This record gives sequence, C-alpha cells and structure tokens, in this order.
Amino acid sequence: MSAWFTPRNVVVAVLLAFLALVPVYSALTGNAFLMTLFTRIVILAMAATSLNLILGYGGMVSFGHAVYLGIGGYAIGILAHEGIGSGFVQWPIAIGASALFALGVGALSLRTRGLYFIMITLAFAQLVYYFGVGLDRYGADDGLQLYRRSQFADPINLSNRTQFYYGCFVLLVASIYLTWRIVNSRFGLVIQGARSNDRRMQAIGFPTYRYRLICFVIAGTMCGLAGVLLANHTEFVSPAMMHWTRSGDLIVMVVLGGMASTFGPLIGAVTLLVLEEVLPVLIKLVATPIVGSAATRAAEYWQIVMGPLFLLVVLFARGGINGLLVSLRRD
Amino acid sequence: MLLVLEQCLNGLQFGLLLFLLAAGLTLIFGIMDMVNLAHGSLYMIGAYLAATFVAWTGDFLIGAVIALGATLLVGMLLEVVAIRPLYGRDHLDHVLGTFGLVLFFNELARLVWGPAGLRVPLPDWLNTAVPLLPGLAYPTYRIAIIVTALAVALLLYILVMRTRLGMLIRAGASNREMAGALGVNIKLLYTVVFGLGAALAGLAGLMQAPILTVQIGMGENVLILAFVVIIIGGIGSIRGAFLAAIMVGLIDTIGRAFLPDLLKLVMTSRGAATVAPALSSMMIYLVMAVVLVVRPQGLFPVAGK
Repeated sequence: MSAWFTPRNVVVAVLLAFLALVPVYSALTGNAFLMTLFTRIVILAMAATSLNLILGYGGMVSFGHAVYLGIGGYAIGILAHEGIGSGFVQWPIAIGASALFALGVGALSLRTRGLYFIMITLAFAQLVYYFGVGLDRYGADDGLQLYRRSQFADPINLSNRTQFYYGCFVLLVASIYLTWRIVNSRFGLVIQGARSNDRRMQAIGFPTYRYRLICFVIAGTMCGLAGVLLANHTEFVSPAMMHWTRSGDLIVMVVLGGMASTFGPLIGAVTLLVLEEVLPVLIKLVATPIVGSAATRAAEYWQIVMGPLFLLVVLFARGGINGLLVSLRRD
Repeated sequence: MLLVLEQCLNGLQFGLLLFLLAAGLTLIFGIMDMVNLAHGSLYMIGAYLAATFVAWTGDFLIGAVIALGATLLVGMLLEVVAIRPLYGRDHLDHVLGTFGLVLFFNELARLVWGPAGLRVPLPDWLNTAVPLLPGLAYPTYRIAIIVTALAVALLLYILVMRTRLGMLIRAGASNREMAGALGVNIKLLYTVVFGLGAALAGLAGLMQAPILTVQIGMGENVLILAFVVIIIGGIGSIRGAFLAAIMVGLIDTIGRAFLPDLLKLVMTSRGAATVAPALSSMMIYLVMAVVLVVRPQGLFPVAGK
C-alpha cells in the first residue's frame, strides 16, 4: 500500500469525484434540486475554506466572516440594479470591495486578542448587516432581486446551470489549492508560528501584525468571491446572507470538517448542509412508528437535534471529521 | 427640549437593561473565562416564562417573580449539563458550543410556545403615566424598569463588594486554583455565578416583555449589543459595563430619535431620510470602533487581565 492510500484520502477523492459528477447525475435523473443544493454547498465550502485560512491556520477566530459573502453579493446586486451587468466590471469591484473591507476590519481588530477579536469581528459584521437592512433603495430587509446573472464574453454563460456549477467547482478547488500553497509557504509558516506563539515570532524579528493582516485580507477576498458566486446562484441578495448565524455556520463547517486541514472545510460544508437536508427526513423516519402522524411536525424541529450536535462535536471530536479519519489509520 | 429629556430617559432605560445582560456576561467571562452566546437565550427564556406565568397566575408581579426563579433554575441546570464541560477550553469551543445552544433554545421555544409572538399585558396600576414635568408624562412602567434596574445594579455591587459570596466570586476571578486550594467549592461557586447571570438576563428579558413582543431570537440582537457594551467597558469590569451600557443605551436611542433631523441640516431631507436609519443602527458599532482605536482594552480595563 502506498502512503497515499489512507481513509482520509479515499474519502476526499470520493467526495471530489462525486462533486464533479453531480451535474451528470442531475442531468440523467432530471433532479434539479440536487444541482441547486450542491451549487450552494460548493460555494459555501469555498467560504469555509477561506475562513479556515485565518481561523484554522492563523488562530484568528473571526465571528463575522459571512459579512464578506454579503459584501461580495451586494456589490453584484447593487451594480446590477444600477444597470451595470457586465461581470468584467462587477466581479473586480466586488472582490476589491471585500478586500478593502477586510483591510479596514483587519487593521482595527488585529490590534486585539482573544475574546475581543471574536466580538469585534462580530460587531463589524453586524454594522454591515444593519447597513444592509437600512438600504431602502436596495430592498432593505427584504433584499434585492437580481434580474440577470453577471454577463461575461460569449463562451462563458453563467445562466447555464451546468457551466455555473463547474465554474464554482473549479474556483473551489483553486481556493483549496491556493490555501494549501499559502499554508506551506514561508508566509504560511509565519502565520502558523504566530498562532502558536505570537510573541516569540516577534522576538525572532517577524512583524506578525503585517503577516496576519495580509492573511486576513486574503481570506476576506476569497470569501467575497464566494459571495459573488452566491449572489449569482440565488439571483438574490439580502441582509440575511450576512446574518451572524451564517458566520456561526461557517465556523461550524470549519470545525466539523477539521480545523487547519486542507480538505476539512469542504468535508465540513458538505456534512453540515447535507445534514440540514437529511435530518428532518431522518427524524420523520424515526418518529413515525412512535408518534404516527405527528412525526411530520416533529421533523420541523430538526434544529433541536442540530444544536446539541455542535456541542458534542466540540466536546468529543475536536479534530473534526478530518481528525477522525486520520486517527482511523493509526488504529 | 421635553422630547430630548424623554429620549434620554428611554436611552437610560435601554442602557440599564443592557447592563443587566452585560453584567452577567462579564461576570461569567471574568470568573469562568467563558464566552456564553446562550446568554441571549436566557433573556428570551425569561421573557417567555414571564408570559406563561403572568397568564397562569393572572398577576404581573407574582408571575414575574416565579419566572425569575425559574430562569435561575434553568441557568443552573444549563451550567451543570452543558456549560461545565466547556470550562478550560478554547474560546472557539465556547463560541461553537454555545452557538449550538442558541439554536437549541430557539427551536425549543418554537416547540413549546409556537412560532407566533406572545404579548404580556401590563396591569392597570403600571399602565399609566407619571407627570414628571409640566407637559411631560412618562410611562410608569418605564420608570419602574429604571428604578428596578438601578436597585439591582446597587444590590449587585453590594453583593460582589460587601458579602462573603462576593468575596468568593472575586477570589475565584483573580486566582481560581488558589481559591480552590483554600477550600472554596469552585464547582458550586461557578454554578451559582452562572445562575446569577442567568437570573439577571432573565430579569432583563421579562422586564422588556411588556414593551416588546416576546418572540424567538429576541435575545440575539440584544446579546450582541451586550457584547459591544462589555468590549467598550473592558471585559470583566462590572463598573465598566455599567457606564458603557448607559452610554450605548443613550447613543442608540438618541441617535435613532435625532439623527434624521441632524442630518437634514447638512444634506437634503430626502438624502437624510435614506441615510439616517442605516447610520443610526450603525452608530454603536462606530463608537466601538473608535474606542478600540484609542483604547484596545476598553475604557475601564481590569488590572492584570
């Protein structure tokens, strides 16, 4: 057996192959829902990957990461609303806005540590959330409908669902690859060093504040791109995109999959979002023999199972699914 | 001028409610080093229990007192079952675990009380207005909230600074191993402190219940504001939380009331009408950003933290 043939690698390979084949399966069976679900999963996996870069590798617990989904998404929505439909204009502006916002938030919040950092990133996300709620011109609380996805030059057509899915998939793989490259570079080693012992890194002579800030901006930008994709996917933007529970969900994805692991966020995103779909069905299945027709109602309350599940993951599966898979090999 | 005074009173009242929440948060953080997102859920539970018990007993005060006791018990039970295993872990674990608890409590509330909001009717003797100044009649209930919250703040101060329990709490905060070695039952102390925090949150929730609709997720926004309060005030400092809470309450309320008019002075009324609502809800966060730039550890940092 080669060193590559480990339970974790098998799972990752199967997962990637499955994700690559979703449009084929969906076309063969005519199951459009699966396609919609997995487009969302792929996009949010990208957001989780970006969060993992700062949270997992950098030890910067951002509790407002969903704000970049909102900024990327709103940039597309607002530009489209004002009649600018070209993706060549929309995308750079959206990505630039995310990067700029991350630079501002990072510059302020990286001055602090620990709980302060968690709460400040949350507060900045709330600030933008309320800004979105107050944007009367752009739908305020109700959000903004996108009448057209971003327009690109001829062969690229985002309205083609298959093409859009593969576009998202390629960008996800690219962001995982980029994260991997960053983490294993000299830059990434400084970031990880600063996570373990910031003071020591400074003593060796690294200006860790700058390193961490750049890392923070890269993650924000990447998540902004995910927001661009999400807006194009749902053809709708609203403040709910950056609600604080969405930021919490992203943290759950990263921790559930496995912090500071290359494919952990992907595994976590797939697990969490599939679980959200499966859990109600599962509850119904289990509850039907016991309570009969009331099971349908019981299935509505699936989050009552989901919440404590997070607590259990925190308490007993600290390395996430990735950690479990790695430990399988040792036995 | 009367309007300004009235808005100041509203801001004071809101700030004091925030203080009740923030005091619990900051106590729990200062003593157990625990980030508790589920604190907002306890606020919500307090409001729901008040709605239930007021309807059940038919008397506002009796119902509120039972609800307060019940929230205290819920808090202590929560601490024993779910919070205790989280002590000594990473803050990320706290955030994630208690985030799960927030989802759990929201869903539990939906299961028990249904998705529709509840209203808590005020008794007639509170549903009046007191003439404070000629031309300014202020609702009795809001005055009652201000008085109650101030009294609780004073009691909390006496409890922490002047009693034996307060001494143990302060000892636990400054050095838990030493306090434990000297024979303090740290486990019990933590449960009591958490219950105390829960009761404070529940009190804030149940006092707010007649003013707002009791609904799912009502604790979340106010929880985030309470976090802003403890960040501005300095984490772990009750005095800081008190001053910051009143500051945040006043800024938020007065901002919402007068920002549209102020903006009209510098821009067109249509522009002001567009910007003002967004800007007024962002005000507190902007203040927090400024505070952090000037003093990253908050306005009243606890020495040695």
